[in-house]
Amino acid sequence: MKKDGRQVERLQLPFRVAFHISMQSVRIRFWRSVITAAGTVLGIAFLVSVLTAMMIQRNSGAITDPSERYRMTWLVIMSLLVCLVGITNAMLMSVTERYKEIGTMKCLGAYDIFIVELFFIESALVGLIASVIGWFLGVFAVVLLKLFGEGFKVFGWVSPGEVFLYLILSIVIGTLLSVIATIIPAQVAARMPAAAALRVEV
Amino acid sequence: MAVQPQTNQTTATGTEYIVRCKDVVKEYMMGTQIVRALNGVTLDIVRGEYLSIMGPSGSGKSTLFNMIGGLDKPTGGSVFINDVDMAQLDAQELAFLRCRTIGYIFQTFNLIPVMTALENVMLPMIFGGLSTDEAIDRGIELLKLVGLGERLHHKPSELSGGQQQRVAIARALANNPQIILADEPTGNLDLRTGKEIIELLRQLNKEQGVTIISATHDLKMVDVSDRIVWIRDGRIDRVEERAAVEVRVGDVEGTPG
Ligand SMILES: Nc1ncnc2c1ncn2[C@@H]1O[C@H](COP(=O)(O)OP(=O)(O)O)[C@@H](O)[C@H]1O
Ligand SMILES: [Mg+2]
Repeated sequence: MKKDGRQVERLQLPFRVAFHISMQSVRIRFWRSVITAAGTVLGIAFLVSVLTAMMIQRNSGAITDPSERYRMTWLVIMSLLVCLVGITNAMLMSVTERYKEIGTMKCLGAYDIFIVELFFIESALVGLIASVIGWFLGVFAVVLLKLFGEGFKVFGWVSPGEVFLYLILSIVIGTLLSVIATIIPAQVAARMPAAAALRVEV
Repeated sequence: MAVQPQTNQTTATGTEYIVRCKDVVKEYMMGTQIVRALNGVTLDIVRGEYLSIMGPSGSGKSTLFNMIGGLDKPTGGSVFINDVDMAQLDAQELAFLRCRTIGYIFQTFNLIPVMTALENVMLPMIFGGLSTDEAIDRGIELLKLVGLGERLHHKPSELSGGQQQRVAIARALANNPQIILADEPTGNLDLRTGKEIIELLRQLNKEQGVTIISATHDLKMVDVSDRIVWIRDGRIDRVEERAAVEVRVGDVEGTPG
């Protein structure tokens, strides 16, 4: 410490270690992770289903109403915002559940920033997996629906390249959404006092 | 630099007192009411001693644990560790102190549930800047020391209470701390296991010279302590020296210390 004439080094948590801890955390608390993921899955599924439906409509040669496009864009943005709130809420619950663990880590010498890092990696992981699932559900649902309506010619209206682009888009938006939603919960976690490790109630 | 134990750095220059509490007062707000958990505690703890803090439930033992361990700030008075006033430390220096100088043991073991025994023991070393390889080597060594060399890769849920507390002791020793702070370390263990844990702590105290401060209402602790501080309603009631205790134990069992 400075008072002893010693310098406190600026330490960093190795990414490999942080990633490992976060991944274990997702795996072991599987159902909690599913609840957090649900928000992203639904948001992304809705986004992709709208995109896929528009693509099919365009490729089928049907006339599209421009005002319909604006309405859908608006709906998608609103749904993503609602999902954001949902993920934040699920993450906050997860933080309060883990008060003892977080307090213990602080007793062991974790800096606040380590705790923030762990939560961000965890939410990015959950967001990534949820996005892929959401993308699949979105495409699957629309294609299935159109298949019942229009028959097999639907497959001619689906362009694989575009569907693949949706996957990239989903991963980018879904992961970002999940990480942004974790900003507040991660702050709450980082501010958890070390003394929380001793708390027995709750 | 991280590998070498840094215990001696301050030991060489430090005074005989490793912890000094001066008129420590701690108040908690309970709604509109003020609860005075500590009411002026003055206590000097000698380097290398095994000190037990005894008192009934609610007497302020855990609160004192928080103050000495730098986990919470006192409302009044001061706590010095190695002659450094803890009130002067910023958040990072406090984290550094918790990482290197103090090892913590809890009633509820507090292992990180998602990590194996070895990973739990490695965690303070990783936080302290050790490389993973170094942390693995030392982690294995420590788990062997506490008798868990065969349980390295078990999760806490796969270990008994006594085994979990042993992992916690190994973890507390990870960065060669000068002080081990234990809050009711035997509170969640049966009689026999509790005794084993106490003996392990005593052994570490003797062999490694680490100062042990243990809050407890377990009378088994009396036998191994150098000094017992009885607290009641947030005040020190009396302090018993080992010598006095030893005579009494000797009388009963007829075995000289
Ligand atoms: N975080 C807290 N908020 C309010 N009151 C507390 C808190 N922690 C402890 N207390 C009160 O302080 C007193 C001492 O508690 P504690 O230090 O936990 O005692 P012990 O560990 O000896 O059982 C008790 O009356 C308890 O209710
Ligand atoms: Mg207590």
